Amino acid sequence: MYQYILKRVLLTIPTLVGAAALVFLLMRLIPGDICLVRLGGGGASFDPKALAACHAEIGVDRPMIVQFLEFMWGAARLDFGTSMWSGKPVITEIAARLPISLEIAILATVVAVSIAIPLGTISALKQNSWLDVLVRVFAIGGIATPSFWIGIVSILLVLDISGAITGRPWMPPIDYVPLWKDPIRNLSMVLLPALTVGYRYAAVSMRMTRSAMLEVMQEDYIRTARAKGLVNKLIINRHALKNALLPIVTLIGIEFAFLIGGLVVTEQVFNLNGVGRLFVQAVQNQDYTLTQALVMLTVAVFVFTNLAVDLLYGWLDPRIRFN
Amino acid sequence: MRLCSIALSLILGFCLSARAAETPKRGGILTYMIAADGGPSLDGHKETTFAVLHATAPFYSTLVRVNPDNPSSTTDFVCDLCTEMPAPTDGGLTYTFKILKGVKFHDGSPLDAHDVAVSWRRIVSPPPGVTSARQNSYLMVDKIEDPDDETVIFRLKFPTLSFMPALADPWAFIYSRRVLEKDQHFYERNIMGSGPFKFDSYEIGQSIRGVRNPDYYHAGQPYLDGFHGIFAPKQQTRVDAIRADRAALEFRGESPPARDLLVKELGDKITVQESDWNCGNVFTPNHMRKPFDDVRVRRALFMAVDEWNGAKALSKIAIVRTVGGIVFPGSEFAATKDELITMPGFGTDIEKSRAEARRLLKEAGAEGLSFEMLNRNVDQPYIIVGTWLVDEFRKIGVNVTQKIVPTGPWLESMRAADFSVAMEANCQMVVNPIADTGRYLPHAIYSENFAYHDDPKQVEIYNKMVRETDPAKARVLMRDYERQVIDIGAHQLPTLWFYRIVPMRSYVKGWKISTSHYLNQNLANIWLDQ
Amino acid sequence: MSTTVADPDAIDLRPPLLSRALRFCRRQPLGTFGLALVLLIAITGIFAEELAPYNPTANDFAAMTEAPSLDHWLGTDQFGRDLLSRIIYGARTALIVGLSSAFVGGSLGLVLGVGSAYFGGMIDMIMQRVFDIVMAFPLIILALAIVSIFGTGVQNVIIAITIPLIPRCARVVRSAALVIREVPYVDAARACGFGAPRIILRHMVPNVMAPFLIMVTAFVGQAILAEASLSYLGLGVQEPVPAWGLMLQGGAEEYASTAPWIAIFPGVAIMLSVLGINLFGDALRDTLDPKLRDR
Repeated sequence: MYQYILKRVLLTIPTLVGAAALVFLLMRLIPGDICLVRLGGGGASFDPKALAACHAEIGVDRPMIVQFLEFMWGAARLDFGTSMWSGKPVITEIAARLPISLEIAILATVVAVSIAIPLGTISALKQNSWLDVLVRVFAIGGIATPSFWIGIVSILLVLDISGAITGRPWMPPIDYVPLWKDPIRNLSMVLLPALTVGYRYAAVSMRMTRSAMLEVMQEDYIRTARAKGLVNKLIINRHALKNALLPIVTLIGIEFAFLIGGLVVTEQVFNLNGVGRLFVQAVQNQDYTLTQALVMLTVAVFVFTNLAVDLLYGWLDPRIRFN
Repeated sequence: MRLCSIALSLILGFCLSARAAETPKRGGILTYMIAADGGPSLDGHKETTFAVLHATAPFYSTLVRVNPDNPSSTTDFVCDLCTEMPAPTDGGLTYTFKILKGVKFHDGSPLDAHDVAVSWRRIVSPPPGVTSARQNSYLMVDKIEDPDDETVIFRLKFPTLSFMPALADPWAFIYSRRVLEKDQHFYERNIMGSGPFKFDSYEIGQSIRGVRNPDYYHAGQPYLDGFHGIFAPKQQTRVDAIRADRAALEFRGESPPARDLLVKELGDKITVQESDWNCGNVFTPNHMRKPFDDVRVRRALFMAVDEWNGAKALSKIAIVRTVGGIVFPGSEFAATKDELITMPGFGTDIEKSRAEARRLLKEAGAEGLSFEMLNRNVDQPYIIVGTWLVDEFRKIGVNVTQKIVPTGPWLESMRAADFSVAMEANCQMVVNPIADTGRYLPHAIYSENFAYHDDPKQVEIYNKMVRETDPAKARVLMRDYERQVIDIGAHQLPTLWFYRIVPMRSYVKGWKISTSHYLNQNLANIWLDQ
Repeated sequence: MSTTVADPDAIDLRPPLLSRALRFCRRQPLGTFGLALVLLIAITGIFAEELAPYNPTANDFAAMTEAPSLDHWLGTDQFGRDLLSRIIYGARTALIVGLSSAFVGGSLGLVLGVGSAYFGGMIDMIMQRVFDIVMAFPLIILALAIVSIFGTGVQNVIIAITIPLIPRCARVVRSAALVIREVPYVDAARACGFGAPRIILRHMVPNVMAPFLIMVTAFVGQAILAEASLSYLGLGVQEPVPAWGLMLQGGAEEYASTAPWIAIFPGVAIMLSVLGINLFGDALRDTLDPKLRDR
């Protein structure tokens, strides 16, 4: 078991290093210049000396290898330098936006899991009934529809319906307050995006729950349990669900890792000052340091979530636990 | 029906602003949106993105400015920190300003002529390590003197009509010299000015807040208790927010369908102000690339464009409206319709123009021409204008695809001359026709013009025009200059001029729209009728 | 999901293709419906020139944002372009993007996954890490890099979408192939001196076909959705090319209240296509997975 854990942990290192190298290279392949965008983006003219000064200030006039080593060394110490766009430390920029993204991610997960597992189980148990069909259509709707479209439509529906009912159209607040300062305002801002992201998440998890349960219900030991005369509910909870949990948990873990990608589009739609929107800004501004840090963050989330799932898998699956 | 509502709101808007006799009410917090993500730093001398200006202008004073009660005038400049507008002396070479007494910075320290001089020197000739983004506009300034606490003297190298508009630059914040002496980069991270509002808080990427400055030197102002500026780059969010009254307005401008929707939904709760905008797109062929080095090909492309009908249609869906040449249409230096229609792109018989275009292409051996147009990935109006042009060219048998890229690669491709044809941006602030049209000069002289052409005659006309102090004669030279750019040389074609549409909640009073979204943003004369 | 190992040298006792197909239709009505949708879209895309009433990129300023009418069955957009024609041509773009990405991504994933499983050891470990890196890497950066360097256009969008699909396919294929690697007759084949290519092609690949096919059908749907998201961010196909994702961006949001058909119909088109693909894929999986087959 320990060998399993150690091996898994060590394997994350080359992944992280490889991702760092890739993002460093990729960003510098993109033509364009953050100083140009900063000075010339408005369309008016600017002084060429200002351009040179800007380059010197952010350090892009140094040789590539120097920049790369500085980045790698900094990354190892979790020091990602300062944003080329704003000059503030990268950590500050990210920390300011992390709370809302985390809130949405967690809320979306809660929504997804609390919908997916019960509905998926019922759907599996009552296969091909009208309930099953309903659940499956609901699930496929979540997978087939672009999430930003759902977001756009939901904001408009809320506006129109609230306007029609109360005469004053309502929309979630557009500026963020932390949960502890004003919970109602905070939740009203986060709810719609969390539901939008959570819908797709729930849909995928629901389908996996359904198929995992279906497979498990086929197993011989379930048939034996039924033959033994066990109550159905007991069979489901004690035997079926527990064994089906393995692939379900794996999928939920993997999908959580992909959430950050989903956040990018959602935060655009709902005008949320989160990590996803920061990502888009950093990339479009060609802010190397900030983009590199954000990519490392995304990759780290992905890698460590997978690690956690692997470890959980190892613990849940007795074949691995007891070697 | 919709037309009636729009007309009604426009009339309403004008009536309300004309009722200057209405007494402003004090109090209230103005919540407005800034149509972009937060800018890089907070230093007005260094930055160029309007997001920074909309966030910081309320905190600072300038020496002179566009008249806040008449901001769409191109000649009405008034004092902010000075006592009266000076007449130039020494044959137009010297401008002497007297500074108001008793002005204080927000930290309590006094503001005098020395602060004004130090700030302006920072703009005109920045010390090493300091960036002044608009340094190029002040090449005519020779010296700035501050002989005593009340006087600032600007000495020019040559007299020119373009100095005063340049001086009224909204970015020319007056900083404290004591602060600058300690740290030249203080203002990049911090705000400390002498303007109508004091700094309250700034949440990165989110919003900025200011509170009233009780010691503001313009008595009675500001009327607001404070303001709250929220960054909201997506248009749909802004429109929804105004509908739901999460914010009162956004100052840059919205698209015509957004205005139509708000007027339809909110009726008289919405006021719309509209104005021509000192911004436009310029269709620029790369003269260094075949076949765009052939004047016939360039002229043919210009002739394929029907600016008049395009304006009619596009003004319904995009933030463009007015057909004009290289000069801002509202200025005395602008061409009249009669002067325009003789130039390619501006003719009134489009079939005839297009036939001529085809003939020119054939003569130049460029029939069936096909190329890629570089454009910026901003919907309003770049992509819309680009899509319109693609179809115009299709009508003369030219097949065009758009290469739409983000701002960085767009600028980079143009600087590297790595394109066939590009949609350039041409945005200026205070209307300064002679300075503004300098952007059409050859690349060797004006480095941000990416046509990469040569035209000694054009340069000659321009140099004469810059030094001409008689407006009537300058206008004649301007017509020659314009003809050289669009017709004789067929170097670049200005496409439709932008149009500013600012819908706002009707309780917002006092603010008047101007020709540039950079102007009149210190919020001092705004009040809320609530 | 488990796989049974089939010996490719055994006699094929299965019934002929046509009756298998008919049995599929009977047993999987939803899947057949899905397939019908997919075929409908395919035909629309292929015969776009014949089916579309107007030129999809011709601006018509006299008919801007018109509601659905007899002239324009699905209305017009803000440039006056006929929406029905744009959706029909959009089907072609969706097909091209979807099929190309899925096919190229799937094939490369198949080769890399099986190869990685077969060779094992250090090669396998390195490939696994490469898969991890590419899977973890955010799509938006990849797409932005490709768009900025190579420009926009359908083929660059395909490249951008294909790259993340490769490791996903490789992973699944690899775990299926790993099961087969240890089977006795493969050992025997190796002992007989059969080369790696023969073993891979004749023994391993056929047995990973089932999960592979299911992945590829899922990919087509994911590629269409990815194109929609990228276009929404401005990194996908560009104006005036008709593509469903692009039609949902920009103009659609602005006119969502006043001219909702601009946003609704492309969204419905995407939904129906991905729905059809998913239903068909589900049914395919149910058919190919023997454990679930007899239910």
